[in-house]
Amino acid sequence: MKSYSDPDFSPDFDAQRRRWEEEYAGRIGAGERDPINRSGIAVKPLYTPADWDGAAYAERLGFPGQPPFARGIYATMHRGQAWAQRQLIGLGTPEDYNARLRGLLAQGTSAISLLPCNSVFRGYDMDQVHEELLGTCGVVVNTWQHLDRCLEGVDLAGISTALNDPSPFTLLAFLLAVAKRRRVPWEAIAGTANQSDYLSHFVANHMFYRLALPGARRMLIDTIEYTQRQVPKWNPLSVVGQHMQQAGATPAEAMAFALASAVQYAEDCIARGMDPDAFLPRFTFFFDVSISFFEEIAKFRAARRIWARIARERFGATDPRAWRFKFHAQTSGADLTREQPLNNIVRVAVQSMAGIFGGLQSLHTDSYDEALSCPTAEAARIAVNTQNILREEAHLTEVIDPLGGAYYLESLTDQMQGRIEAIMAEVEAAGGMYRAAEQGIVQKRIGLSARAFQARVERGGQTVVGVNAYRAEEEAGARRALERPDPARMRGHLEAFCRWKRSRSRDAVERALDELARAANDPKRNLFDQVAAAAQADCTHGEICSTLRRELGFGEPLAEV
Amino acid sequence: MSAHPPKVLITKIGLDGHDRGSRVVAAHLRDAGMEIIYTPPWQEIATVVKLALEEDVDVIGISSLATDHLIVPKLMQALRSAGAGDIGVIVGGIVPDGDEQALLEAGVARVFHPGASLESIARFVRELAARVRAEKLGSE
Repeated sequence: MKSYSDPDFSPDFDAQRRRWEEEYAGRIGAGERDPINRSGIAVKPLYTPADWDGAAYAERLGFPGQPPFARGIYATMHRGQAWAQRQLIGLGTPEDYNARLRGLLAQGTSAISLLPCNSVFRGYDMDQVHEELLGTCGVVVNTWQHLDRCLEGVDLAGISTALNDPSPFTLLAFLLAVAKRRRVPWEAIAGTANQSDYLSHFVANHMFYRLALPGARRMLIDTIEYTQRQVPKWNPLSVVGQHMQQAGATPAEAMAFALASAVQYAEDCIARGMDPDAFLPRFTFFFDVSISFFEEIAKFRAARRIWARIARERFGATDPRAWRFKFHAQTSGADLTREQPLNNIVRVAVQSMAGIFGGLQSLHTDSYDEALSCPTAEAARIAVNTQNILREEAHLTEVIDPLGGAYYLESLTDQMQGRIEAIMAEVEAAGGMYRAAEQGIVQKRIGLSARAFQARVERGGQTVVGVNAYRAEEEAGARRALERPDPARMRGHLEAFCRWKRSRSRDAVERALDELARAANDPKRNLFDQVAAAAQADCTHGEICSTLRRELGFGEPLAEV
Repeated sequence: MSAHPPKVLITKIGLDGHDRGSRVVAAHLRDAGMEIIYTPPWQEIATVVKLALEEDVDVIGISSLATDHLIVPKLMQALRSAGAGDIGVIVGGIVPDGDEQALLEAGVARVFHPGASLESIARFVRELAARVRAEKLGSE
């Protein structure tokens, strides 16, 4: 090989670096301050082997499917099987939902996700709330018969079903009742209880059935125990960092709080006498993925390392499946704008790429009109096709962890890990996540971060195209997107429900609810046993929730500003 | 300038629990010198009316992210029935164009959309509170 005598071509790292530093400083000027990412990490203009040299490859990265899992939790990752396309849908009546679901399945959606109406989320039946609100943000499901109609024509044994179903998990109880009626064995039911993380609801967004903390805590552990026994392919817990980040937590905070919650749930399961090798493989996670591209990728890579160590060292799990940090991601709605809404299609694509490079297992892409209303069918189709394009046109599945080894990303992954672990230590010092949530510590921190972000948007530091920069005149009425359930069909659904309630066996319902109340007051009994029995005895969602709220306490989040 | 600062009730009615917007706005108005009454989400309309009267607020701010704005006209009716029709009401959150007109016709003073600056909200609330006060004085 030719040796260079010209100093400009010298392959000497230090000399090259000095020259670049001089030239950079000369062009940029001394006053430049490094930008700070959302998690508070200063970002340098250039990363080199001085930041990450690969010497610690085996310790910090390793190979996909092996500890420390930085590069992914499976040996094959997306090359073997692309992420699941799991679009969250829910609107109107069960028949409306079924039509939308079948349409999405025909377009390539590969897993079911069911979003119930906010009346369901509050633990009410449809005859207990303002009729105007019914079905406007999710499907109105109050009985197992309603869920049966939602899933008509869908093979329950052949698809993974995610239910947005907080404690006491009445939708799961309905699903099991439907399976029984269709003679599908419960062992064949696979899926996830997507909103089972009661701590996340208590500290942010509050989309829960309003069971007080102690009752929700018992209900979750009872359900984990029950599904382990009866529905072995069901993931009874999805630990949710998404709520916190949507509510304003930084990516590092949201990840730290989620991991601290997972630690809390694992401790609770162990206290109940369960074996970490049995319950940890069924823990899953759910996160927001914002448009802060590299920060999000680093967040997920760091989290895989942290969780594997906790599972192995703190909980002593020896089954490799217990070490794997499985997660679903949803593109961040908080990044979307009402102004020039078509720009949101681009934002969702970038967010999705961050999640994909972060190694997700399933993905929901937001529709571009979510800052305007519940998604229209057209917008929902574009959201699905965004995933199809990234997977099949852009070929993002071909190489595992394709950004691994990049000086910046590896340095950032290390720094994000440090941030996340520091926040987890604060939660630990407060007595763990349950205690920290009870005291309002987490809520306060999320509120402060939400305000800090808003200040950056308003006072400079964070451009939001169409909002604080590049504004355009838009025609009045241009934001036409508006999907509402048909009022006549919703009225029909409500009237049929009221008629059905009068026609069912009151004795059976009352017996089941009495038994539910008795079980609630006997801590030795598994409470989900009785929720499942009540659902099969034609008890409604509202009846089950109100019985348990009466016996176990009504949940009220802390009102802190 | 009035002797005491504007008094504002920030709340959520209906079924949705997302409170990022209501918390950020409430904290900003408080820091801007206003007196803030703040509640958890899911308040009943009757509760909001009662609280507004008891606390003698000048302005009610309703945060709505997920279609709860659809029952704001019911709140406006309930306020009028309780003799509290002079209280200024603003709505902030996700409100489609078609619905905004209906809210304004029902008597809502203004709808703030995502992207509205906190400064613009504070300015409007201050002016609205001053108008409400002046009307109250005039009718006494």
